[in-house]
Amino acid sequence: MPERLRRRYFAVKLETEEKIDKRKIVNAIWNAIYELFGDYGASKAGLATIDYEEEEKLLILRCYHKAVDMVRAAIAFITKIDDKPIAMHVIAVSGTIKALRRKIKGKFQPSSFQSMDKAS
Amino acid sequence: MRKFADLNLNIQTENLESFESAIRKASWLGYKIIGVSLPPKTTKEKITQLKEIAESFGVDLASRVNLSPSNPQELLRNLRRLRRKFEIIAVNCHLKSVARQAAKDRRVDIIYFPNEIKKRFFDKAEAELAKQALAALEIEIMQIPTLPRIQRTQLISRLRNEVKIAEKYQIPIVISSGISNPILMRRPREMAALATLFDIPMEKALKSVSEIPQSILERNREKLSPNFIAPGLKIVRKGKDCPNA
Repeated sequence: MPERLRRRYFAVKLETEEKIDKRKIVNAIWNAIYELFGDYGASKAGLATIDYEEEEKLLILRCYHKAVDMVRAAIAFITKIDDKPIAMHVIAVSGTIKALRRKIKGKFQPSSFQSMDKAS
Repeated sequence: MRKFADLNLNIQTENLESFESAIRKASWLGYKIIGVSLPPKTTKEKITQLKEIAESFGVDLASRVNLSPSNPQELLRNLRRLRRKFEIIAVNCHLKSVARQAAKDRRVDIIYFPNEIKKRFFDKAEAELAKQALAALEIEIMQIPTLPRIQRTQLISRLRNEVKIAEKYQIPIVISSGISNPILMRRPREMAALATLFDIPMEKALKSVSEIPQSILERNREKLSPNFIAPGLKIVRKGKDCPNA
C-alpha cells in the first residue's frame, strides 16, 4: 500500500520595506530550491502556496514533511528579490493549517511583526 | 530548552541605536547568546555598557575579537595582549603559517577561513593541531548566499570536505552568521537548515548553533574569572571563608 504523504505548513514572515508581489516571492523560493537542490530536489519538495497576506507580509506555504529542512534552507537562502534586500523568517511550522493559524495567532500578533520591522 | 547562539555578528557598536535594534532583532529571532566582534581597542567600560543593553532584551552578549595577523609572531603578540580582555578570540586564518599557529595555541577559541578556496587551509594537519588545542572551526553561513554562483558551489563542496575532516578529528563546528547587515540575520533553525548543505545532520547542526557555542563561552568565562587557577582547579574559598585559616 502506498505511504500516505504527510505535509507541513509554514508561516513565513517577510522582512522588507516594500510590498512585493506574491508571484515574485514564490518564484524566488522555487529558484532558491532549484539552485540548492536542483530539479530532483525540487520535485521532492511538494511546495505549494496556500495564502499570502500582503499587508501583514505573511506567507503560508505547504510542503512534504520530509522536505521541511530543504524548504527552510531555501527560504534562508533568499537575500534579494528584484535587487531589493529581503529576509524571510519561518515563524511557525505545523501539521495542519488550523494548528498553524492558532500558533501564529497566539505567538506572533501583527504588533510584534511591526516592532521587528522597526528593528531592521 | 535550547539556548541558541550566534557568535559572530559584525554589527556597529559606535551607534548605540543601531546596535540596540540589531540586538532586539536577534532576540526576536530567538537568540539568547550573541557574540559581537569588537575592535581590539574597545574599553572594558564600553563592553559593560553593550552587555547591559543586550541584557535588557534578554540576550547574553559575548565580547569577541577577530584577529587577522600577518604572521604567527603578530598572532602571539595579540594573544598575549587580548586574551584576558575578550571572552572569545577568533582568528582569521588567511595564511597557512597563521592557521597552523592558531590551531595549536590553546588561547584561540575559534578558527575561521576566508571564502576563497585557495585560502582555506583546514586539512588533516590543521585538524590534528586544533584537536589538541580545543579550537573550534567556525563556518560563517550567511556569507554563502551572497557569493557569485560558481564560487558558492565551490565553497559548499569545500565546506563539505572540511566538515568531514572535522568530524573525523572530533573538532567542534560552530555555525554563525558572520553578517554585518542585520537584514541578513536568520533564525537559528534556518541557519542549521543551511548547514545541512554540508551533510551535517540537522540534530548536529542545531548543536552547532546552541550547545557548542554556549560551552565555548562558559569555558572561557570560567577561565577569565578571578577564582580560576588551571583547568579543573579553582579557588572555592579564601581568607576568612576558610575554617582553619
